[in-house]
Amino acid sequence: MLVKRAADIPYSEVTPKSLYLNRRKFLKQTTTAAAALASGGSLLTLLSARREALATTKLGNLAKSPFSTSEKATPYDDVTHYNNFYEFGTDKSDPAKNATNFRTSPWTVKVSGECAKPGDYSMDDLLKLAPLEERIYRHRCVEAWSIVVPWVGYSLSAVLQRAEPTPKAKFVAFESYFNSSQMPQARWAGISFPYVEGLRLDEAMHPLTLLCVGMYGETLPNQDGAPVRIVIPWKYGFKSIKSIVKIKLVKSQPPTTWNMASSVEYGFYSNVNPNVDHPRWSQAKERRLGEFLRRPTLMFNGYGDQVAHLYDGMDLKKYF
Amino acid sequence: MNSILVSRWTKVFVFILCAMPAAQLLWRALHDDLGPNPIELITHFTGDFILIFLVLTLSITPARKILHQPELIRFRRMLGLFAFFYACLHFSTWIGLDKFFDLREMLHDVRKRPFITVGFTGFVLLIPLALTSTAGWIRRLGGKRWLALHRLIYASAVAGVIHYWWLVKSDIRKPVMYAALVSLLLVYRVATWLRRRRARSSPRPRVPVEAQA
Repeated sequence: MLVKRAADIPYSEVTPKSLYLNRRKFLKQTTTAAAALASGGSLLTLLSARREALATTKLGNLAKSPFSTSEKATPYDDVTHYNNFYEFGTDKSDPAKNATNFRTSPWTVKVSGECAKPGDYSMDDLLKLAPLEERIYRHRCVEAWSIVVPWVGYSLSAVLQRAEPTPKAKFVAFESYFNSSQMPQARWAGISFPYVEGLRLDEAMHPLTLLCVGMYGETLPNQDGAPVRIVIPWKYGFKSIKSIVKIKLVKSQPPTTWNMASSVEYGFYSNVNPNVDHPRWSQAKERRLGEFLRRPTLMFNGYGDQVAHLYDGMDLKKYF
Repeated sequence: MNSILVSRWTKVFVFILCAMPAAQLLWRALHDDLGPNPIELITHFTGDFILIFLVLTLSITPARKILHQPELIRFRRMLGLFAFFYACLHFSTWIGLDKFFDLREMLHDVRKRPFITVGFTGFVLLIPLALTSTAGWIRRLGGKRWLALHRLIYASAVAGVIHYWWLVKSDIRKPVMYAALVSLLLVYRVATWLRRRRARSSPRPRVPVEAQA
């Protein structure tokens, strides 16, 4: 169902889906529908504290993007129940179970570092900063499985340009939210937290690099990186950092989580490359969720026309 | 307790119990309930049960001694064969579903990927044990040689644990658990062997301890 809505409605006032579904149930069950409607507001407020975390909300007025693939999107259920989000457990099915009560509101993303205009952005700020687009991207995990996801967001460059990077800024460092009391399973993950990632400034400014606030026309589910994440479609999935709270413009190459965990296995660049194997498995093929046979993996995950020039003259076996 | 252990029905019951995981997998496959990546799920599921059954098989000998229940021996062969059964499922999932019978790619993987090399070795080591698991083969080989051959299960279990350890990305809790169990069971054997050797070299020889694998 498509709810048409003015573009400038504050994020905080959009009713979560589970709440309006709840309201319908409520209406059905109440004999006096009129009374229910009258008291509906306060009742919803009472319910919201408990239900908010589960909720995704419809995002209206999404512009189409020329960057979208025409490939079939992976079923929503697969994309929400097969996740690597180690803060919530290392099994693919863990995040869907353990992230349900993750508090994503209020949320602030701090933009800082080598820039003229640092600032703190609330989710309302971010949602108004640029028009939301739907971008249907291929997403290739370093573990050799892949999905196709209709993400919602806009180019990260919109945020970075606003910050006005100084000439000293050469890289962008990202940091995920981390709180061990909300993420008790993280202690078993075997990697350090908070999760950090980074890009070269030109990679971060590339129009394909997405500041992502939703998928499948709705806000992000917690297990997929709510409320805001980065998506870089030509790199292995772990570069697309989830639930970000910091974006920092920096002079030198920032540390990245998986590289710190095992530098021979996970490079800083981590561009999708069928010719450079992971030390323990081949990257030549991938299994698209929902498909039986493995399909060949494409150089730069099929985004070579757009991004290959960023790596001109670089030995991609060395800078893997 | 002894009468329960020797009952035919107990054996049938244990057999059904051992087959339950496979039945569950089949049930889930028929009901399209294997999650977003069924091949990976089948591989991990069967892999887990190989290690579980290898651990159970290796537990029989210490359990007989510690619990004073020699009749537990009746279940050792069945448990070992179930380990082999799950290993066959695991292996055929890999060649059939994962590699789609691409023999060249398989051999390439066995050569190039250490975790596959060691896992494949662990599987191959189980084959002679499964083949010679019958009473006829014990007779043909003679008890001593048969026992020596069947010590290959130690190598197979160690290979299985290494295979698992080398394949996980960073959360090593489960491989550590299997490693601890297998180590404990092997340390028990080393301790028994040392104790027996000391007993043999002592001036007053004791009644020979029944050989155990």
